[in-house]
Amino acid sequence: MALLTVNDIKKNFGKTEVLKGISFSLEKGEVLAIIGSSGSGKTTLLRCLNFLELPDVGTITVGDKVLFDGSDDTTLSDEAIRQNRLHFGLVFQNFNLFPQYNVLQNVTLAPTLLKKGTPQEIDATARGLLEQVGLSDKLESYPYQLSGGQQQRVAIARALALRPEVLCFDEPTSALDPELTGEVLRVIRSLKDRDTTMIVVTHEMEFARNVADTVIYMADGVIEEMGTPEEVFGNPRSEKTKAFLQGTQNIY
Amino acid sequence: MSFWEVTLFLWDGFLISLLIFAVTLLCGAPLGLPIAFCSMSKCKPLKAVSKVFVWIIRGVPLMLQIFIIYYVPGLLFQTPVFSHMDRFFFQNYSISDAGRIVAVLIAFTINYACYFSEIYRGGIESISRGQYEAGYVLGLTKSQIFRKIILKQVIQRIVPPMSNEIITLIKDTALANCIIVCEIIKQAKELAATKAMVWPLFYTGVFYLLFVGILTIVLGQVEKKLKYFRS
Ligand SMILES: Nc1ncnc2c1ncn2[C@@H]1O[C@H](COP(=O)(O)OP(=O)(O)O)[C@@H](O)[C@H]1O
Ligand SMILES: [Mg+2]
Repeated sequence: MALLTVNDIKKNFGKTEVLKGISFSLEKGEVLAIIGSSGSGKTTLLRCLNFLELPDVGTITVGDKVLFDGSDDTTLSDEAIRQNRLHFGLVFQNFNLFPQYNVLQNVTLAPTLLKKGTPQEIDATARGLLEQVGLSDKLESYPYQLSGGQQQRVAIARALALRPEVLCFDEPTSALDPELTGEVLRVIRSLKDRDTTMIVVTHEMEFARNVADTVIYMADGVIEEMGTPEEVFGNPRSEKTKAFLQGTQNIY
Repeated sequence: MSFWEVTLFLWDGFLISLLIFAVTLLCGAPLGLPIAFCSMSKCKPLKAVSKVFVWIIRGVPLMLQIFIIYYVPGLLFQTPVFSHMDRFFFQNYSISDAGRIVAVLIAFTINYACYFSEIYRGGIESISRGQYEAGYVLGLTKSQIFRKIILKQVIQRIVPPMSNEIITLIKDTALANCIIVCEIIKQAKELAATKAMVWPLFYTGVFYLLFVGILTIVLGQVEKKLKYFRS
């Protein structure tokens, strides 16, 4: 059975239809890359999965638990929404680290507040994760003392500390200088080897091609094309996809 | 009167200035918080009431507010409320103008609470939405996010404007003499009237300067302590 099933998600902001019926499913350990031009609704989709926005229509199911059902009229309580969020993690484009906490504290804060173990366990897990993302020597540093790439790796460790079932990335390298994207993409790739289920919105076509199991091309709030990287990049069926991929190649 | 006697006489007045300063700070600073939250409330009527209130308090001279607080209850109840306080509540104390001091404390506290509330509001609204959202996606509650993530960043940002306000406050206490509260300048005027000594009036400046000097050092220390992070 699929780990995550998204069925017919629709979302409007006022009169603008941003998501016009998005459906896909994800197996455990699968990596999904979402590509598409700016404004196509990629961020909104991730925000819906993390319950920062509530869809107007559709269902979100994790395992056999229906987290959201647009046809159910009862409004979700704050507490239910908070519980739902724990199934997902989100790494933001601009990191959003907590500036007053050092690297280690950024990672331990949420597990500590949510009582996800003893202080010793939480500390040990955090140190392990920070070693995994290559920041063992920066535990005491504050975010402003780090490069963008380092900050993003802290943000990844922070999200992993709560062991989300699905980890989402919203253009994790878009705010970085080009020479810093590699270190972040390498970390994300290493997570795949550890069987982390991920949804990565990205403009890095090479990365999507080499790391993703499935690629979705989004355009104007719909899934224009979905398939393996070979299918989407090698043999796109839709004209729109072809034009988009053509465009991304021309840049380089 | 010797220089020393004048100093002691003025010091008596400065203690009243310091009392007004301390009470205004201790009561006004916390009171500013609910006002700030009302001004940011999603409930439109509450927000409107709060904004109008802040507008009035900040838009009218503090001296006028002192007069209003002191005289209006008397007009309403046909009896001078604060003068009765002198007689009934404070007869055991040596302060003869206690009722008037209470009126001043009320006026100052409300006035400064409004100024503080605007500083708080500015500070809270300056924190990016990303900080809240980072907390939300980690499954934290609204209250945890405010207490553990937002608050310290707000404090760091409001310390400089709060310092300004606090330094203004000690000088504003001189306004209390508009209803004959014996703060330091009133004391100096007393000397000018009864002893024909004018220099004590200028000498009061030294008290203010010394106190502001201490405040500047202490507040600067606080600001420095909070500079360990950048947001
Ligand atoms: N909170 C919002 N209110 C109104 N419109 C929004 C909001 N968030 C996103 N949009 C609109 O939705 C569309 C899709 O945005 P987004 O999901 O950020 O796209 P992408 O991440 O693919 O660039 C854009 O046209 C954007 O202006
Ligand atoms: Mg986006």
